[in-house]
This record gives sequence, C-alpha cells and structure tokens, in this order.
Amino acid sequence: MADISVKIAGLEMKNPVMTASGTFGYGLEFADLVNLEEIGGIIVKGTTLNPREGNDYPRMAETPHGMLNCVGLQNKGVDYFCRNIYPQIKDIRTNMIVNVSGSCPEDYAECAARINELENIPAIELNISCPNVRQGGMAFGVTTEGASQVVKAVREAYNKTLIVKLSPNVTSIADIARSVEDSGADAVSLINTLMGMSIDIERRKPRLSIKTGGLSGPAIRPVAVRCVYQVAHAVKIPVIGLGGIMNAEDAIEFFMAGASAIELGTANFIDPAISVKVAEGIDSWLDRHGCKSLNEIVGVVE
Amino acid sequence: MKYCKDLKIVAAEYPSDGYVLLRLTDNEPLGEILGGQFVEIRVDGTADTFLRRPISVNYVDRKNNELHLLIQIVGDGTKQLSSLKAGDKLNVLFPLGNGFTQGKSGEKVLLVGGGVGIAPLLEYGKQLREAGATPVFLLGGRSKRNLLMLDRYSEIGEVYVTTEDGSLGEKGFVTQHSCLKTLCEAGSDIRISVCGPKPMMVAVARFAKANNIRCEVSLENMMACGLGACLCCVEKTVKGNVCVCKEGPVFNINDLTWQI
Repeated sequence: MADISVKIAGLEMKNPVMTASGTFGYGLEFADLVNLEEIGGIIVKGTTLNPREGNDYPRMAETPHGMLNCVGLQNKGVDYFCRNIYPQIKDIRTNMIVNVSGSCPEDYAECAARINELENIPAIELNISCPNVRQGGMAFGVTTEGASQVVKAVREAYNKTLIVKLSPNVTSIADIARSVEDSGADAVSLINTLMGMSIDIERRKPRLSIKTGGLSGPAIRPVAVRCVYQVAHAVKIPVIGLGGIMNAEDAIEFFMAGASAIELGTANFIDPAISVKVAEGIDSWLDRHGCKSLNEIVGVVE
Repeated sequence: MKYCKDLKIVAAEYPSDGYVLLRLTDNEPLGEILGGQFVEIRVDGTADTFLRRPISVNYVDRKNNELHLLIQIVGDGTKQLSSLKAGDKLNVLFPLGNGFTQGKSGEKVLLVGGGVGIAPLLEYGKQLREAGATPVFLLGGRSKRNLLMLDRYSEIGEVYVTTEDGSLGEKGFVTQHSCLKTLCEAGSDIRISVCGPKPMMVAVARFAKANNIRCEVSLENMMACGLGACLCCVEKTVKGNVCVCKEGPVFNINDLTWQI
C-alpha cells in the first residue's frame, strides 16, 4: 500500500483521482454503480449564476477514440444548486467540488461567493475554457489578460481552494497558467476539451447543432500530457491533469509529466466505476514498482 | 437499482437477415426491469466504437433469468455485437430510463411499433398482460422481413400488421390500418404507446391528438452516459431540455414540443 493521498492547497484527498465536471453529474447518478466515498474528489456539473438551457440537440458525436460534445453548460443556476442539490450531496464523504462558469467576471465572482457559503464544498474549479458557449467561457481562457481578470475577481470573492481549468485551444498554455498563478489560483487543471468538428457526409451537415464542439477521450491524451508537462514546468502551484485517461497506466503518464492529481472524464461513460478502479490501479502500480508514495513519480520526466 | 456487469451470452440467434437476438443471463436474478427501459452495452474493439450502445429490452424471461436484446445490425458497433457467440461475456449497464406507463387492470393499450422499434413492445405487452390489462399490437415494417418474431407477440395479444410493400398484413403505414377505426372510435377507452422511427411516431402522435387519445412515445436520441450525467441526449420539452436517457426514453406527447 503506497501513500496515494494528495494535498492541493487546502484540499486533502484520500487518493489523486477526481471525476471531471460534466461527466459524473452530481455523483448521485452513479451511486448504484460505484462507492462515491472511494473517489478522491467529485467535480460536479458546470454551474452558472443564472440558469442555462444549453445548446440544441444534437449535442454529441462519436469520433475515433473519443467524442465531441456541445452541451453548452446546461444547468439550473447556482441558487438551485445551493437549495436543491447541495443538501443531497453535502454528507457524501469525499471532496465535492463545484465547477463554476460565467459570461463576465462579475457573474463568476457572484457564483463563487454563493458557493463559498457552503460548508462542505472545499474547493471550486473555475471553468475559463468551455468551448461551447459563444459569450464567455473560453473567451476568458484564451488570453492572459482575460484569464487574469476572471481569476482576480473570483479570488476576492472566494477564500477556499481555487482550481482554474485551462483550455488547450491557445498558443501557449504555459503563459495562461502563469497569469492564472499570478492572479491567485491555488491550482490549475488541464486540459479542457479541444475544439473540433465532424461532418455527416451523407447529409452534408455538421453532426453537432452549433457545428463545433469539444473533443474528449483517449484521442486527445498525448495533447493533454504535453500541456501538463509544459504547465508543470511553468508554475509552482499544483497541476491536475486530465484528457483521455482510461486506466491507471494512463494516469501514471500524467503524474510523470508533472500532475499531482488527475481527473477522469469521458471514461466514466464507458465504465461508471472507472474512478475507483484507477485509484486502486495507481496504488498497485506504485507497489509493483517499489514506490512508497505517489510523490516519488510526480514530475520525474525532466 | 442499476447494475454494470458482465452478462453471459446463452445464445445468439438470427431471426432474419440483418438482425441478431442476444439472450443473456447472470448468476444472480436480473432484478426489476420495466417494459420500455433500455440497457447500454459496451462494445470494445475498434476506434469507432468508443461509447456504449443503447439497446432496448426486448424480453425478460423470468423463468430462465434471461434478458433478450433484439438488435438491428446498422453500424460498426451492432456489427460487432452480431459476431458474439454463446459463452461470450457482454458488459451491460442496466436497467436505464423510465419505461412505459405501467398497466392497470382492465385497461386496453394499443402498442404501435415500427421496424426494430417493435422490440421493446414485447416485454411491455407481457407486463401489461401480467397487470391484467389488454395489449393490442399494431406493428409496421418496410416488408415482411423487417417484422420479426410475430408469433411471440400473438401469444400476448391481438396483432395487426402493415407493410409498405404489402408482403404481410395491410399495405401502407400503421396510421392507415383499418383496425384503428374500430379500436379508437369515439368513446373507446384506449391509450397508445409507440416506438419506432420518428416520422412514424409523429404520425401516430398526430392521430392520437386528433382523436383525443392518451399517447406516449419512446425516443432514441443519441446518447453517451445513459445515466443523466452528460446531458448530451436532451429533448426539448415543456419543462425545457431534459435527458432522454433518464427522464425518458418514454414521454407523453403533450410534454414534447413536436409540431403535431
């Protein structure tokens, strides 16, 4: 039994595996299928200040080794979350983390401020990288100024662990990470989906309602590993890696690139219990390789 | 209670060209499964069959603890499923979705199916019978070879058939069948459950609305998780966008925003 517990700023996790926002609902949807308390952290659906209906159907297309989605941050708003969802999840003994999104810095800050009041939510993940909403989302994540502006606004309103989720759809993800660190983020998570597109050649039409969407799944994993490696070398704050992780070996690759923890996203759709299996797999990989703790391999690739 | 586990294939049968019927079993009892619910099957192997495949529950054989899935072979995923053999394992996430409205003793329900959409009506018809209701089937297909295992349906209730080429039953679409006139005449107490291609379901919904008959339809929007988590399979309803995999796949036509 290696030590696989992780501390990211104020966030203490029994293992380094979290479920990625938008792929695991509020955890409750998976309660029959996996022991939620054995997961290091559950990052719940993207939440915005006001309710959002999201984009029109079709919102997904299967692509080689992955999928495109353009859900568009459908959610019932932060007040609904605080009133109706929080009471159902607050006693689950794992880290319940809320992914926060918005269309202007003030909305992000107000949404974060309301979640700050919830005792059993130890962290938020700030989404400045959603490729599927026209106004906001990724718009902030693609420039150092935009990213900094949102993070500073939220930092003033939020005093627990602040994770910022980065977009790979940029020229230099390391530059964005540095500006986010300078603006007060406690950690960064990356990568959000890659912008993609798929066309139904018989109908001569895009397969998604808004034409483009975010690509996820193992197809994007090498891009994610590269981004994690670059960011880990650019900042001092912890890096959380995600992008196409399907098993423990994939996760180990991210740790070696410099990630302190990982998120599983699309993999939850293939195997609803994958998060616990990956946590166990990391432990046994470390045992097999004579490592006493996860720290021994984090960032070993220079 | 939902499960995600490897079920064992008892037999793979081929009722007609382009279809496979998988009979699956487990060491433990299969648990409650409602007519109209579905499963998501993991198909491993190629780059293009990454996500699970949603398949409706065709029949639950309680005596032999078997789950039957009737699958039309249309793409890479279903092609792989058609090559499975007795003894193989299949990873199945089940049961998913809400299912059709449960039957009440004494009521009459018209079950309208088109193509492979007739599959879930078999189990639903059986459950209606068990509840003391009377199921009547109206099944349509392009031709005779698209309408499978009709004898199974006859064991449960009356069966009316249409084919577009006239090779079996009345020629035309289900909405043109002569039985509708008598079954749905004014004052008759009947409701309708439909599963099939969308144009057919819209036509039946239009007929039901015009005749003031309660009607529910089973949708098959493209989906990923099957659990209401990814929000990919949404349908526009009077309550906004809702997940077909969780709030559906069965919807009352009055809750949808279809132009009917």
